[in-house]
Amino acid sequence: MDSEIFYKSASALNNLLDSGELTSVELAKAVIERTRSVDGKLNAFISFDEEKTINEAVQSDMRRKTGKKLSNLDGIPVGIKDLISERGQTLTCGSKILGGYVSPYDATVIERMRNAGCVLWGRLNMDEFAMGSSNENSYYGKVANPWDISRVPGGSSGGSAAAVASGETILALGSDTGGSIRQPAAFCGIVGLKPTYGAVSRYGIVAFASSLDQIGPMGRSIEDVATLFHVISGHDDRDSSSYPVDKTHHSIESVKNKRIKTIGIPTEYFEEGLDPEIRRLIDDAVSFYKNAGHRIREVSLTMTAYTMAVYYVIATAEASSNLARFDGVRYGYRSENPKDAVDLYYKTRGEGFGSEVKRRIMLGTYVLSNENFESYYLRAQKVRTLIRNDFMEAFKNVDLLITPVTPSPAFKIGEKSADPLQMYLSDIYTISVNLAGLCALSLPCGLSSNGLPIGLQVIGKPFHEHEILSLAYEFEQAHDFKNMHPPL
Amino acid sequence: MKDKNFDHSVHIENIATLARIHLTDQERQDLTKSLDEILEYFDKLKKVNIEGVEPSAHAFPLYDILRDDEVGTPFDIETALKNAPKRRNNQVIVPKVVE
Repeated sequence: MDSEIFYKSASALNNLLDSGELTSVELAKAVIERTRSVDGKLNAFISFDEEKTINEAVQSDMRRKTGKKLSNLDGIPVGIKDLISERGQTLTCGSKILGGYVSPYDATVIERMRNAGCVLWGRLNMDEFAMGSSNENSYYGKVANPWDISRVPGGSSGGSAAAVASGETILALGSDTGGSIRQPAAFCGIVGLKPTYGAVSRYGIVAFASSLDQIGPMGRSIEDVATLFHVISGHDDRDSSSYPVDKTHHSIESVKNKRIKTIGIPTEYFEEGLDPEIRRLIDDAVSFYKNAGHRIREVSLTMTAYTMAVYYVIATAEASSNLARFDGVRYGYRSENPKDAVDLYYKTRGEGFGSEVKRRIMLGTYVLSNENFESYYLRAQKVRTLIRNDFMEAFKNVDLLITPVTPSPAFKIGEKSADPLQMYLSDIYTISVNLAGLCALSLPCGLSSNGLPIGLQVIGKPFHEHEILSLAYEFEQAHDFKNMHPPL
Repeated sequence: MKDKNFDHSVHIENIATLARIHLTDQERQDLTKSLDEILEYFDKLKKVNIEGVEPSAHAFPLYDILRDDEVGTPFDIETALKNAPKRRNNQVIVPKVVE
């Protein structure tokens, strides 16, 4: 047996499980062992329940033995970002304020993964309430990038990305409000998919910004990510933002089929601020597609310069409202000895939230306050319409877009943590996708000269996940990046 | 450049009151500085011509999303109260609200 079983793809593992060369219990033990040996350096997990995980693997082995395999992911370990409810497991959201909270029910995505036989593995570290681009904001400690532990893994799904990249799990779930799946996927050299707004149910996840949040799969290959996406997507009547028509189910075979496409290159994404090495690798990818017969066309996204401001007005406004529920009354952390009932709120929130979460609640409260509502919040919502119009205009002439994921490779831990505005700007290429409700993915497209992974972003029309996956698959098959592993 | 049309004098204490967050002196100082900077950055939105543009609350507005009104299985009391910081007799204990 290959000693590096934890680096195999879910599709390869499925074949081994089918043939009986491997059991799900052996696989679960392999990722547990791997986690024990490397997570001291990475801190990708907030918690895990080994006994429960092994038990789920035992159940899976029994199903396979009796010919009752539920799906090709039956018996495959999937790590869970610690903001998704799994019955009986703790859920911290990377925050002190949810200390001790145990989920009383399953999120829809968890229910669907159970129905597909996935082995629900540990709870993955994240920026507190998914607010951050570096995973330096977790109450449970920073996460390190497996490619260089002095650097950040990206955020907010930094634990998910680091765990997938280092073989601590085969697949993971993340969430993406402004780039929180794609940016860490790029920094850690893995594949991350941000599905179309409404494609995956959010029932049972802790909300950050409700008009932007989406759950999505993270893995080491396009096929694995597409397979997990098919398991978790589709309409759910417990989430009123879930799109009522199921448009996302396409077979893995259709993802593997090549179609000639018109690819748009937004000129504004290649202007100042983009690292020249990243620019060169994206240019190489564009040349690859051109040589493969696709049509390349420049497009203009005229509102690009305003997306960051629009995003931080809208996301913080929605966050300030969503996070009002954390008050120390019904669950989670409660401050000791408050003066009275109102003081309980002030102290619990003052002691329970970290500094970045406080900053965003304060910003959101400010932009929603009576005197500022029109000049910030309403104005941002109008500019959001213009940003969406930009994309819809571009999509009249092209099928998909190719862009960088990040302006630079993974930065050093501590490098941007003192300057929130600089930190926010590291999401410049990913946030507009959330504002416009599109689907997008990040896939590895090379290494920088100092050995750090670089991501390529493919952006698609709403509910055209199969198109971006298919285009990415073509690139992946022609390159060998999916077999690159960090030097841990 | 500061836009004179915007008043950036953020009253941290007022916002903290609206947000029900107790801040330390150090936090108050740090937040005043970073909020000023971020709000100044937001000023660039002033330059966009938004005349006649409708606001977007969501990427795809969905209206009248209703599901069938079916009776489900609610949590039992123990499950619903298991996460309460303080409880007694199937109730959540909080500080006295009325005198």
